[in-house]
Amino acid sequence: MENRPLEYDYTVAKWFMLATVVLGIVGMLVGVILAWQMAFPGVNLLAGEGLAEYTNFSRLRPLHTDSVIFGFTLSGIWATWYYVGQRVLKVSMAESKFLMFLAKLHFAIYMVVVVAVVGSLLLGISTGKEYADFEWPIDIAVVVVWVIWGMSIFGLIGIRREKSLYISIWYYIATFLGIAMLYLFNNMEIPTYFASGGIGAWYHSVSMYSGTNDALVQWWYGHNAVAFGFTVPIVAMIYYFLPKESGQAVYSYKLSLLAFWGLMFVYLWAGGHHLIYSTVPDWMQTMGSVFSVVLILPSWGSAINMLLTMKGEWQQVAASPLIKFMILASTFYMFSTLEGPIQAIKSVNALAHFTDWIVGHVHDGVLGWVAFMIMAALFHMAPRVFKREIYSKSLMNTQFWIQTLGVVLYFTSMWIAGITQGMMWRAHDEFGNLAYSFIDTVAVLHPYFTIRAVGGTLYLVGMFLFAYNMYKTMTSSRRVEESELQNASPMGA
Amino acid sequence: MDIGTLQAYAYFGFTAFLVVVLYSYIYHLYSAQKKGTRDYEKYGNIALNDEVTDQPVEEISKNDEIK
Repeated sequence: MENRPLEYDYTVAKWFMLATVVLGIVGMLVGVILAWQMAFPGVNLLAGEGLAEYTNFSRLRPLHTDSVIFGFTLSGIWATWYYVGQRVLKVSMAESKFLMFLAKLHFAIYMVVVVAVVGSLLLGISTGKEYADFEWPIDIAVVVVWVIWGMSIFGLIGIRREKSLYISIWYYIATFLGIAMLYLFNNMEIPTYFASGGIGAWYHSVSMYSGTNDALVQWWYGHNAVAFGFTVPIVAMIYYFLPKESGQAVYSYKLSLLAFWGLMFVYLWAGGHHLIYSTVPDWMQTMGSVFSVVLILPSWGSAINMLLTMKGEWQQVAASPLIKFMILASTFYMFSTLEGPIQAIKSVNALAHFTDWIVGHVHDGVLGWVAFMIMAALFHMAPRVFKREIYSKSLMNTQFWIQTLGVVLYFTSMWIAGITQGMMWRAHDEFGNLAYSFIDTVAVLHPYFTIRAVGGTLYLVGMFLFAYNMYKTMTSSRRVEESELQNASPMGA
Repeated sequence: MDIGTLQAYAYFGFTAFLVVVLYSYIYHLYSAQKKGTRDYEKYGNIALNDEVTDQPVEEISKNDEIK
């Protein structure tokens, strides 16, 4: 055999990068369509009366949430795993044919799942559980994908050269274990066709839990899907990419460890805040509130650690759009992990629950933190996996400012809309009669819904700029030498 | 005492126990660093020196390269 020097193998990382970009555009495009539908209901018929079944809000909404969560974000997590995992463990995928096969199988089955999910949701096949919409055959395929990823994680760890697992690896492991546990328990379901001896559709199922128990398990899952899908793996990314891009080791490794265990300890108990003033036991609601507030500590532990990593190096934020993306991401992380606990306080929740403020909160977290960090990670990886400089720095800067404006328009409009909604719903006269009917709130909220749609559209425009920049980087940018890839990523003008 | 009350006490006790564990861990991290038993901060370099040819911060085995 030839004696080639050992190199990292990014084949599967590249595939997942591509999936991240494509699924990101799909998920956000659907989101933007939904936002315009909310402002102008006529958009429900954008493809004509005949196709209204497929283009109406209720059919598209799960497609938006699931493609952003399980499409864009998961692909981003896996793209970075197949990059960061090798590098911090100092072992190449090329060293194990088995792990390489597993990784390719991981991608292939995942793609089958993606097609099945998009198809089934468009056809209206759904369990009806938010973020757990997939029917049982897809759930089984998801479990297979997850098990393969787990084998890939622990397989790579098994052949590593670096003895200690870098903090990011801990976060990736937590993502794997957390989602595995949540997904299995919340998707316990009985296929009705088989249980009833042949009645109904073969793919249909009902949840194994019912009533309040179903709600409890669902929100234990729902909130922790945010924890282990939108927080933990994204923290894994920033702990690697920010130090690497800036050339500064993480400010305090000890703080990163204790923030990790703090997050693991606290997050799992906070889901009850989705059920405040519902039929679950009062102590559980209080527990959800209290743990949500305590959650500020470990979240800010990581975020402050990231900001302090830039200590003495703040000129890099001005100079590099890539660092800008990451610093804004960690700032949005601080912001949304403060906003969430505020909304979880019972008296605030009485106003905020079911309003657009919640929608605003989710989106400042996902657009500002999750998506910014994933895009920054992909920008950092691109020159290293394609051996070309990032095509255009000015395009990156343009994207940054367009998307930042988009996020700001999104969450400010939803704040105002949400609080207005909450206040109007509870307003009453001196006899206790409600002051407004539901349609009164809809009329008042219309301008804010329009502003939200504009904000979402701006963010989507940024996604297209991102996709174009990545495409040009991949195909026609200047080739770079290994020596240019040490820390700050090379970028064309 | 009914089962609900028992659960509540058990839950509180368990939480208190985990808080103690977490704080002990923090104490352990900082005291180990101070006494020089273990330098946790060096692990931050794992992200910076991450070429496959770089020397690991802590090698898993001296014989690892001999295959």
